[in-house]
Formats: sequence, C-alpha cells, structure tokens
Amino acid sequence: MNLHEYQGKSILTKYGVPIQNGYAADTVEEAMTKYDQLAKETGSPFAVVKAQIHAGGRGKGGGVKLAKNREEAKTHISNILGMQLKTPQTPGGMEGEGKQVNKILVAEDAYAPDFDANKEYYVSILMDRERKQNVIIHSTQGGMDIEAVAEETPDLVHKTYIDPELGMQGFNAREVAFNLGLEGTAFKNMTKFISKLYQAYLAADASLIEINPCLHTGDDRIIAVDCKFSVDDNALYRHKDIAEMRDTTEEDATEVEAQSYGLNFVNLDGNVGCMVNGAGLAMATMDIIKLSGGEPANFLDVGGTADAARVEQAFRIILRDDNVEAILINIFGGIVRCDRVAQGVVDAYKNIGDIKVPIIVRLQGTNADIAKDLIDNSGLNVRSAISLQDAAQEVQAVLA
Amino acid sequence: MAVLVTKDSNVIVQGITGKEGSFHAEQMIEYGTNVVGGVTPGKGGQTHLDRPVFNTVAEAVQQAGADVSVIFVPPPFAADAIMEAAAAGIKVIICITEGIPVQDMVKVRSYINDYDTRLIGPNCPGVITPGQAKCGIMPGFIHTPGKIGIVSRSGTLTYEAVDQVTKAGMGQSTCIGVGGDPIIGTTTKDAVELLMNDPDTEGIIMIGEIGGTMEADAARYIKEHGTKPVVGFIAGQTAPKGRTMGHAGAIVGGHEDTAEAKMKIMEECGIHVVKSPADIGSTMVKALN
Repeated sequence: MNLHEYQGKSILTKYGVPIQNGYAADTVEEAMTKYDQLAKETGSPFAVVKAQIHAGGRGKGGGVKLAKNREEAKTHISNILGMQLKTPQTPGGMEGEGKQVNKILVAEDAYAPDFDANKEYYVSILMDRERKQNVIIHSTQGGMDIEAVAEETPDLVHKTYIDPELGMQGFNAREVAFNLGLEGTAFKNMTKFISKLYQAYLAADASLIEINPCLHTGDDRIIAVDCKFSVDDNALYRHKDIAEMRDTTEEDATEVEAQSYGLNFVNLDGNVGCMVNGAGLAMATMDIIKLSGGEPANFLDVGGTADAARVEQAFRIILRDDNVEAILINIFGGIVRCDRVAQGVVDAYKNIGDIKVPIIVRLQGTNADIAKDLIDNSGLNVRSAISLQDAAQEVQAVLA
Repeated sequence: MAVLVTKDSNVIVQGITGKEGSFHAEQMIEYGTNVVGGVTPGKGGQTHLDRPVFNTVAEAVQQAGADVSVIFVPPPFAADAIMEAAAAGIKVIICITEGIPVQDMVKVRSYINDYDTRLIGPNCPGVITPGQAKCGIMPGFIHTPGKIGIVSRSGTLTYEAVDQVTKAGMGQSTCIGVGGDPIIGTTTKDAVELLMNDPDTEGIIMIGEIGGTMEADAARYIKEHGTKPVVGFIAGQTAPKGRTMGHAGAIVGGHEDTAEAKMKIMEECGIHVVKSPADIGSTMVKALN
C-alpha cells in the first residue's frame, strides 16, 4: 500500500526522523489557515505548496510550487487543489489525463535562508530480493531520478546491507555518512537520521521508504524533504493506524470494489476478459489470450472458492468494461469441483440476464466432464473447452 | 527415490486442528502419506484424525520421529512456526501459508541458515512425490508416478503442467511448488538442482513468472550443470510493469525481470522455452525423444 508524502512524514516524525515540516489540507480555506500557522512558526512568509498524489515527478507537472508571500501561497493553493496533475508517473505520463489533486501539503521552505548552501542527497531503504536483506541505497546525487544516476554513474550509488538478525549497527550508519562525504555535525546528524529512518522502516513494516531529496542544510541539519512510503500489504493486520491511511481514490475504483468481494483484479486495456483460479494460471491465461490474437482486458484471480456468488460478481465486473468482446473462464479444479463452478457460471449467467459477449469456459480437473455436460446442456451462449489448447482455439474463433 | 518427500517420510502437520490444516491433513492421509501426527500448541495429548497431537514440534520429533512438516498456520504465526520446526530438527519444512509479512521472512531466512533444514515456500502448494507422499494442497488424483520433475512458483498452473504431463503418457517424479512470495526458502535453482541430481528424474519442467531473478539463476545453473532436458515457461508475458499480479512476488520492477527477458536467458541456456502454457506437456515429449 502506498502512502501520501504527508502520511509518510507523519510516521517519520513519530520515530524522530527530521522532516520538512508542514500541514496537509483539503480546501483553500483550510490550507490558508495552515499557511498562517506555518508562517508564524517559521517566522517566514516563504512556503512550498505540494500536491499530494501517489506519483513521483510532481514538480514537472506544476504540482510543487514555492510561494514567497501570502498572496502567492493563495494562488498556488487555489491552482493546485483540484487540478488534473500530469507527471511522468501518472497514467499515460505527461500526455495522459493525470490525477486529480484532492489534498495538498503546505510545507516550510527548508532551503532558506541560503539556498546555495544546501546539498541534496538520495536515501532509500528497501528489501533486496536477491540478498534477502534490507538495504540502504544512498547517493550524493539527490533530487534526481535515481535510476538514471545508477545507469550513468553507477559508482555514485552506494548500498549498505543490514544484518537481518542483528539489525542496524553503528558502523552501518557511519558507512552511509562517510559515503556521502560528510564530517563534523552533519556526519553525526546523518548517522542519527539513518538509524531513525531504519527504525521507522522496520516498525511500520515498510516495503520502501525513499527520501529524495534528503537535504543537508547550510547549518548542517539533515532533513527529509520528500518522502515516498510504501507498506507491506501482508503486514497491515498489525498496523491498524497505517491501514486507515489508505486512500482508495488513488486506486482504480473497479479494483477496489473487486477486492471487497475477495477477488484479486487488475484492470488492463485489452478486449478479452478472463476469470481464473490462481495467480500463476491467471497470468498464463492472459498470455494464451495474447497468443490467440486478443489482448487481456484484466487479470482476475477468483481464489480458492470459486462459488456462484463470486463468479457472478466477477462476471459483472468484467462486463462493465465496454472493450470486452469475449470472456475466457479458466478454472483448474482441485479442491474446487468443476461442476460446482460450472453451475455457478450457469446461475450467474441467468441472473445477469442479457450477456452479449461470447463466453468460453474451460474447466479442467475434478469433475471436469460433468462440468462440460452441464455447460453444453445449459442452452446458453457458452462454449466449453477442456484442454488449454481448445480454449485458445475457441478464443481465436470468437475474435475472428 | 525422488526428492524431498517419499513414502518413508514421517510427516507432521503444524496447525492440524485448524480448519485448513485439518482438511488438508485428511486429504494427505487419504492419499497414503505417512502422517505421523500434528502440532497445535495447547492441544498436546489429544488425538486428531487418529493421529497424536503434540504441543511442540520438538515433541513430535522425539516421540513420532517427524522429519517433514507441512505448515498451515495463519500468517501472523507462520514465521514462528517455521523457526520452531527448524530448531526442532525437521529436515524438510513446507509452508503453505499465504500472506506472511516480508520482514518476518527476512528474519526466518537468516535464522534457518544455522540449521540443517530445507524450507519450501511459503505461499506454495507444497511438494508431492506421486504414489508416495502428498505434502500440500494439490489435488492428488491428477498426478501419476513417473520420471518428470516439476518446479513452479504457482499452484493451479503447476496442476495444469502436471495434467498435461500425465495426459501425454508420462508421470511425475516429484513436483515442487517453490512459492509465490518475494522471499522463499528454496529457489527455483535449488529445486532444479535437486531434480537434476535425482536418478529417478529424466526431464524437468520449470515454470516461472515475472519478478525477481530466480529463473535466470536457474537457467545459468542448467547451462553449466544440466544433464537432462528442461522445458520452461514464464507466466506474465502480458503483465503491466509495476503491478503486483496476485502473488506478492509477481511484479515487474526493472527490465530484467520481465517474462520476455527471462525467456530469452532461458533459451540462451539451452532450455526448451514454450510461449504457450498449452504446449508444456507436448514439448516435454519432444525434448525427451
């Protein structure tokens, strides 16, 4: 689960990680109140207005603006709140439709007073799948696209691995600070920053914390200016407070709905819908659709209990997509009996009534033959298949 | 003699009195697996499915000679269950549980390094040596004893491959579901290596998916040490970047963990790569001839 910048920063604050301070708001009035409060606290009229959406590169689309006074702050706040923000990471990129901004963060200008005295670093923590350890990735090349830095100047990207059983040790934090070329007060502050950041990472079951830029101020403080924060979905059961931070408006509405029915669904752009039990088989079924001349309209894993109610919900969700020209149902019955699923398909079909797109049902495994008879004798516009090859040919025939 | 589990394995089920554990333990016993007991803390001394229930894995090892454990414990307690099994001296730990937090598995992986044990999973269908032992949730009846070893990150897609192999007139030596999580105990390469060294296995089917580098690692091993034909398939050729496709580990991060990139490396390493999952069985027949 992804968090907004302001939410991630609230977790960082809880663990003592210094951040660029600020307040989140949903309306212009609220934002202005926050601006006034912030100006009072910092003693400066300067503030940064930051769009809160789940995508990076917000500055490129005009979603991050520096205000030098109250009037400018009001202008930026009014412009950014409600705008369709396009960034390289929003759907369709800079040419796409962007994402609506429903929340903004009014934050202090952490670069003041002497802009040129600041340095920007890159720091992130994540789990390295190959090493099976958490790793702190860091670089002096902050404020930039780290993938580009890694490509062009790989020796400027450093990695510090943390022992899974011992946790972060003093020398790990010092290694990071040395790699960033720090000394004196900044060195000490960076080692504290890294230790606390790692604490927050573990405590929140984060899958990623990325601080870019991580600011080294003229007076040697180390501050998280931006914060990308993702949490392991499997661990949310032990973080009720973080689970409540979920912003479903950032997700695909259909996917959110599917999830509430226990369906694992990902919306795609193709013309053939599919309904499958098991994630691996679902991906393989999408591949079959492509090889048969179609494009998958979705990924859908109905899970281990593909009963009539779930099949019906799945049908309804797939059918909502006007681009769908055919639906391929692919169930490998193990513990799930195919005849039950077939009955579910027939019942769902009758309940929904008018289904215009052809449906190909491929049921294999436990009671597959009984299931095929059930489908074939149902009198519905459903084609049945037993082998995966047959199913592929049926898809091809339907699209032809 | 197959690998990992045989008719001589003394199998226990951790979480045997739970709904899932009980259901699948019964299926395993029905298949003929030598289930010698189960573990549910606090229910030691009881009998379930005519098998003794122990409070700890250590007791199951001492009193029933357990050497294989199949874990059906819910996610919040599963990491603990794996470590208990390792500490008690279980040789093969098969964890079916889906949804274990990644940081728990980071610790588990490091912890079990100190023990002489092998972890399969988590988030996997388990391991079956047809005709001998079924340790997991796979439907037993689609399998038939034979010479093809199968390694896979998926559940139902493995059943699909098994079914094709059986229908093509071949059987399976051992089928290993390594699991769909980002951190698992036995990698695709480890499992392929086991089957490569198994005299009862003549051909290997390796089924992967998007995300991670396990298939590339296995392919490089096969190129160097392979002595048997390998048929490979990667699910997720049409999966979009950056989205998790059901399995927590199935996500394309960079350009090296796409299906296309993996298939290319596998082909270069001499694996018979199929583009369509419908061709797995028939390609194995050809590869063996």
